[in-house]
Amino acid sequence: MAGKTVRRLLQGNEACAEGALYAGCNFFGGYPITPSTEIAETLSRELPKRGGKWIQMEDEIASIASIVGASIAGAKALTATSGPGLSLKQEVLGYACLTEIPCVLINVMRGGPSTGYPTGPSQADIMQAKWGTHGDHPVITLTPSTVPEIFTETIRAFNLAEKYRTPVFVFYDEILGHMREAVELPEQGVIEVVDRAKPEGKPEDYNPYDTSYEVAPLAPFGKGRRFHITGLNHNDDGFPTNDSTKIDEGNRRIMAKIDNNVSDIESTEEYLMDDAEVIVFAFGSTARSARFAVNRAREKGIKAGLFRPITMWPFPEKALKKAADKAKSIIVPEMNLGQTILEVERVTGHGTIVGLQRVDGEPIHPTEIIELIEKHS
Amino acid sequence: MSTDAKPAKKQKLSVPFDYSKYLRKDKLPHIWCPGCGHGIILKALLRAVDKVGLEKDDICMVSGIGCSSRTPGYVDFNTLHTLHGRAPSFATGIKLTNPELNVIVTTGDGDALAIGGNHFIHTCRRNIDMTILVYSNAIYGMTGGQFSPTTPIGSFTHTSSYGAMEPPFDTCEMAKAAGATFVARATSYHVQDLEKTLKAAIEHKGTSVVEILDECPVYFGRLNKMRSASQMMEKIEKEGTVSVKQAENLSPEEIGGRLLRGILHHDTETAEYCDQYAALTERAQGK
Repeated sequence: MAGKTVRRLLQGNEACAEGALYAGCNFFGGYPITPSTEIAETLSRELPKRGGKWIQMEDEIASIASIVGASIAGAKALTATSGPGLSLKQEVLGYACLTEIPCVLINVMRGGPSTGYPTGPSQADIMQAKWGTHGDHPVITLTPSTVPEIFTETIRAFNLAEKYRTPVFVFYDEILGHMREAVELPEQGVIEVVDRAKPEGKPEDYNPYDTSYEVAPLAPFGKGRRFHITGLNHNDDGFPTNDSTKIDEGNRRIMAKIDNNVSDIESTEEYLMDDAEVIVFAFGSTARSARFAVNRAREKGIKAGLFRPITMWPFPEKALKKAADKAKSIIVPEMNLGQTILEVERVTGHGTIVGLQRVDGEPIHPTEIIELIEKHS
Repeated sequence: MSTDAKPAKKQKLSVPFDYSKYLRKDKLPHIWCPGCGHGIILKALLRAVDKVGLEKDDICMVSGIGCSSRTPGYVDFNTLHTLHGRAPSFATGIKLTNPELNVIVTTGDGDALAIGGNHFIHTCRRNIDMTILVYSNAIYGMTGGQFSPTTPIGSFTHTSSYGAMEPPFDTCEMAKAAGATFVARATSYHVQDLEKTLKAAIEHKGTSVVEILDECPVYFGRLNKMRSASQMMEKIEKEGTVSVKQAENLSPEEIGGRLLRGILHHDTETAEYCDQYAALTERAQGK
């Protein structure tokens, strides 16, 4: 287990690139966009050194199309963007969900809507992660809140993508993208890296959507198993179908492979939650202010705690419900006009849920949270 | 044996081409309408693939959305049916990941030049090794007959009831200007030329673009007083084009509004993208 660990001072976006490389990413397709560009820049230097492929495409749509193509050819592929780019990529994200192609998308959140505030932080893309592309589709979204966690969650994103044959998102705000913290980079082998299952059996018997598996193995193009992939509803063999039974089965199956494995995908941090009467539900850089606020409240004798979703989607329903049952109130600070609070309300049905929202491109300050904790303790 | 029989004249036996080697027969019949030229293109393509001698495992066919983009479903290669206009971008990811694959993109005039216009020109600019076949029938067929970027001015479609008023693209001029290193125009009427052109396009290393004029009798023909597919082939593909060779002896006035057919541009000097990337990798690794 123990290997040589390197300790480096890294920017969030650099830690993301390091995480991708650790996870075995060997293809990056991107398009320049603030505030995520350092991911593309870092990988443009590092991937060729390691024999990986890097390409700057003509637009955001092409960049995600290139990584889905790369993944079909067997690569572990990444793209990175910010709000306006995320809007453009939605078409191909839906394609990757339906065709079950593993890939990872990083979204460094900036102010919106539209061009908005390119250099300011935001957490306003959380609902777009879940509902952005048309049709019902599975979503995994990870929301780290420190630079070291960006490194580890990027690795986890690749692992989940490969395991469940689906696109996985890592969403963090501009503050985290550009702040610097010390990151421990362990030797290869210390953190688990998952590669997609390889198909067995005769090539002519291969079905890319074999429903006898929960997640069927995906063969790479060009290695002896010739098969078809389409964005149309399809049969087990990948060819289009108009059979309503198969359409229903396929649409439900891609959701079920995530829903049935929530315990494997879910990740939360509960800080000082054992006896907490006031819960702060926060993620990303806002969770850092929340932690500070909880500590100050404790100093004042208020039983406050922090509930932090590290996996945002699927939403940590059971864990939050359990934690909320004992609480007097739940404070939900977020850099948007009330997105995750909707989920907190839906899941807990709690009587006292208080939102704290900022969309002015400034971070939420601990004092704003402390004020609310005191008021609702 | 009769003794007075004339000695048999030496005849070259013509063995019919066995398409079944390359087709997914269980996926037939295809969805194309009677008279559509797409089937002619598919057959010419399979003959060309056979002449080049490619292995099925080594061919990846990528398409977008539209009638032409249904081609990959019928062929026994590695086949990817993607999104409207995006085929060249998916294909770029595949080719760069596995440069050993022979990548063929099948697309239409609407798919390649309207919604996919940006991907099309940038793929040409990169000169990444793939063959892009633009099945050009001047109409959106799958959606029921709307005007496209190659619909001639004055043509009638279901969205140009008073005559199309937008000037069309010249697909080949655009591909050449964008940087494609092999550019050709063929038709579904001149089938032997089509096969030869496709063979040359596949063999070329770099981005090859072949615009293939074909016919949509169901929408374009019906709305423009061309009652049959053969009438369309006669008028648009035969009378509407002139070969590069014939054109050498004709004045611009004599060529008139006819489109040139044949290999229009063939540049074997410009470096191909995957080769360039391999050289970049060596530089990055300090070799």
